[in-house]
Amino acid sequence: MNIFVDYLLTAIPLGMTFLYGCVGEILTEKAGHLNLGIPGIMCVGGASGCLALKYLSTLGLPAFVLVILSIIAAFVGGIAMGLIYCFLTVTLKSNQNVTGLAMTTFGVGVTKFVMSGLAENGGMGYLYARDYFRYPFAQSTTSLKLCGVMVYLAVVIALAAAFVLSRTRVGLHLRAVGENPATADAVGINVTKYKYVATCIGSGIAALGGLFYIMDYSGSYEAYKSIEALGWLSVALVIFTIWRPLVSIFGSAIFGALYLAGSHLPTLLGVRFDMSVTPLLQLLPYIVTIIVLIVTSIRNKRENQPPASLGLPYFREER
Amino acid sequence: MRNNKTSVHEPLFHVVKRDTIPLWKSMLIRVIAVAASLLVCSLLSMVLIKANPIEFLETLVDATFGSERRLWKFSKDAAVLLCIALAITPAFKMKFWNIGAEGQVLIGALASVACAFYLGKSMPNWALLIVMFVAAVISGAIWGGIPAIFKAKWGTNETLFTLMMNYAASGIVAFFLVKWTPSGSSVLGELKVGHLPEIVHPYLLIILAVIAITLFVFIYQSFTKHGYELSVVGESENTARYIGINVKKVIIRTMLLSGAICGIAGFLIVAGLDHSITETTVGGRGFTAIMVSWLAKFNPLVMILTAAFVTFLNQGASQISTFFNIDSSFPSMVVGIVLFFIIGCEFFINYKVKFRSTSKKEVK
Repeated sequence: MNIFVDYLLTAIPLGMTFLYGCVGEILTEKAGHLNLGIPGIMCVGGASGCLALKYLSTLGLPAFVLVILSIIAAFVGGIAMGLIYCFLTVTLKSNQNVTGLAMTTFGVGVTKFVMSGLAENGGMGYLYARDYFRYPFAQSTTSLKLCGVMVYLAVVIALAAAFVLSRTRVGLHLRAVGENPATADAVGINVTKYKYVATCIGSGIAALGGLFYIMDYSGSYEAYKSIEALGWLSVALVIFTIWRPLVSIFGSAIFGALYLAGSHLPTLLGVRFDMSVTPLLQLLPYIVTIIVLIVTSIRNKRENQPPASLGLPYFREER
Repeated sequence: MRNNKTSVHEPLFHVVKRDTIPLWKSMLIRVIAVAASLLVCSLLSMVLIKANPIEFLETLVDATFGSERRLWKFSKDAAVLLCIALAITPAFKMKFWNIGAEGQVLIGALASVACAFYLGKSMPNWALLIVMFVAAVISGAIWGGIPAIFKAKWGTNETLFTLMMNYAASGIVAFFLVKWTPSGSSVLGELKVGHLPEIVHPYLLIILAVIAITLFVFIYQSFTKHGYELSVVGESENTARYIGINVKKVIIRTMLLSGAICGIAGFLIVAGLDHSITETTVGGRGFTAIMVSWLAKFNPLVMILTAAFVTFLNQGASQISTFFNIDSSFPSMVVGIVLFFIIGCEFFINYKVKFRSTSKKEVK
């Protein structure tokens, strides 16, 4: 198979991991909350999905039911984490950065705890379902096998998020809450409800990214260890895509390509690099993010700014 | 002025911001939160690993205070964590969300190792240590200074910038590890040179150094003009500009200092403890330090307690995970849960919940 096509077919599915995290974080940030717990939430999503697969393995359910149930489990796991985050930052008005970092510590810990148990206990584990997730290309011997059902789900979710945010009343209200909660409150929007719902659904979507990475993209028992780093890139991707779900579909593919540049570029260009160059090539997505951060801040266009009240707690009596 | 005779609908409770709270009361709230979180943790471990809660707490305490060796290990770990927390404190007080301590420490450690690697044979140990120290300070300051310059000039988001710099640092470390190990194993053995001298105990010098840094940061923040300026910038940039503080200069200067202390932490880790480097030399302590600093409300002296507390939890929980033979991820779960409670309890310190009075008032 053509090396370039192979590169693309690996990069785009990897990008979908970022896309889930990124769309989830966009929804959260549109409600005015910077959730640095996304890496932890993605891990927990992977863990709860795999936990469901493990316990459903003996029931003999049809493949598509298994996939749907584990996706739901991941979503619910994400929402549970989102609720903890919301309770602390919305109801108890704590500092969002600190809460988010604690969420990541906690989420990564829980995931390692759960996952290390699942792989060792013998029996079926959860990887038996890998081919169900890679439907319809599971039997392919090339990288095409990575383009499973959750790749399309990610794009659908991103499109839906874009539609809701820019074309519906709910989206308008949500953006109002993120820009200026006091004004939104004054026109009768239930700020707390919007913050809770947006953040929890966002966490649920991000959580799917973890499940996708374990079951489809990586398909190994070690996969859960690398989700955290990918989660941080998803958070960065939000800025890269200037808070737009549509842009994030392409942005995530680009990030996927950059992330894999280290291992694919030498074969693609037909040159042999010194071995020490590989770690430097792996820095590309981070350096590109930094450049994008700098460029967007220098250009300073009004429509490319984060939601105005991002990171600030809202207390009604303090208006 | 309400003068209709209908009874007024009052919600069950409402939240009021407190003006001040006596110290004992705020401490009491925190102690209750910690106690509650430990209760949850021990219940959780009862469910997950069938550990008796009393045994759980005993192991937790025993892990730190059980023997002299454990106490030394505890003091060393707490000191390193404290050092990193102190480093990020001035920046945080300025509301500069520097989550890049991980990278700044790592790059400082890398600079120290590089000096020892290239210059180790050509100079005496004391001179080498000085060179290593200076290199670590400068490289840490540069690593912290880059995001600060962009933040000051164009308001570039510092949280993500510093986060990305962490990965950049670990990539550079990976690059040098491949360079330095001809076999391609990327495992750098223990360096034979550039060890800190041993006073009484291998860890004592590090602990003393961190105490000195604590005092320095305390004095810097509370009694110097620089410290005053950075807290004004943190409270309100507009006020700072109004009273003639050069905000850009303060941001860059503070981050240079913050990065430099991170560099020192890296130097201490390399010269005093590890004598080597890997990509995970810092091991998440850059993030934990943020909690430590924030829990102490950016007060360096209180930070001694919070650093000790977090280290105590970590060491205790990892002892429990060995004792009950469970996964080593257990400590981060425990620390996470305790942090949730402490973060949450701040609400009850800053706000007051007023319940509806039970007697139905007739409004005149």
